[in-house]
Amino acid sequence: MDLVMSLVSGTLLVAGAFFNLVAGIGVLRLPDVFTRMHAAGIKDTMGSALTLAGLMVVSGFSLVTVKLLIIWGLLWLTCAVATHAVARAALRGGLEPILAEGGSVRMASGAAGGAAATGGSEGRPGGVDPGGAR
Amino acid sequence: MTVALSAAAILVTMTMAIVRALRGPTVYDRVLAGNMFGTATVLLIAVIGFLTERPDFLDLALLYALLSFIGTIAVLKYVSYRDLGKGGEQTEEKKWIW
Repeated sequence: MDLVMSLVSGTLLVAGAFFNLVAGIGVLRLPDVFTRMHAAGIKDTMGSALTLAGLMVVSGFSLVTVKLLIIWGLLWLTCAVATHAVARAALRGGLEPILAEGGSVRMASGAAGGAAATGGSEGRPGGVDPGGAR
Repeated sequence: MTVALSAAAILVTMTMAIVRALRGPTVYDRVLAGNMFGTATVLLIAVIGFLTERPDFLDLALLYALLSFIGTIAVLKYVSYRDLGKGGEQTEEKKWIW
């Protein structure tokens, strides 16, 4: 039983260390802030969850396990919110992600094109637009 | 043994995050690296608590998780609005597709 617990905790901790290293390499080497955000998300979800799960197996069931669970839940909530805030602030600050097709994420920034693109779905109930968009 | 290896991997990741925070071309890269550094710090505090057989360190990790999140949000708000006391009115964000 002791050997099994040791094997399980060792596997979880090594996997968590691997994901942490992958996230670090990704943050160093990926080209722009949105792809780096993807690399940081690897650490926020898999790296922290696997490391904390390994520590839970090491500690056995006690108050320490509950504290580790609380830390995990806190990281699980706050890291997603923080990453979303970084993405929103970066878009608001004028950065654009590198797209494969060379397109733009800001579909509604131009006046005519944006009205034609979004007006058909919600703005005009039907029959008002005389087939101009189609 | 594997706990020590985990601590070493977290330290290497923190080094990479610091390098990105120093090199990052935009301020958002730096904020992202800082947020990642905070997460790594939480994990490192927990792992060090297990290495030194002192489970009190988990309380510090819990506190640091909260502080790191608040710090990231505060820095982002200051960078975006140049004002930490700005209210949440939505004027031009509505035009974008989220």
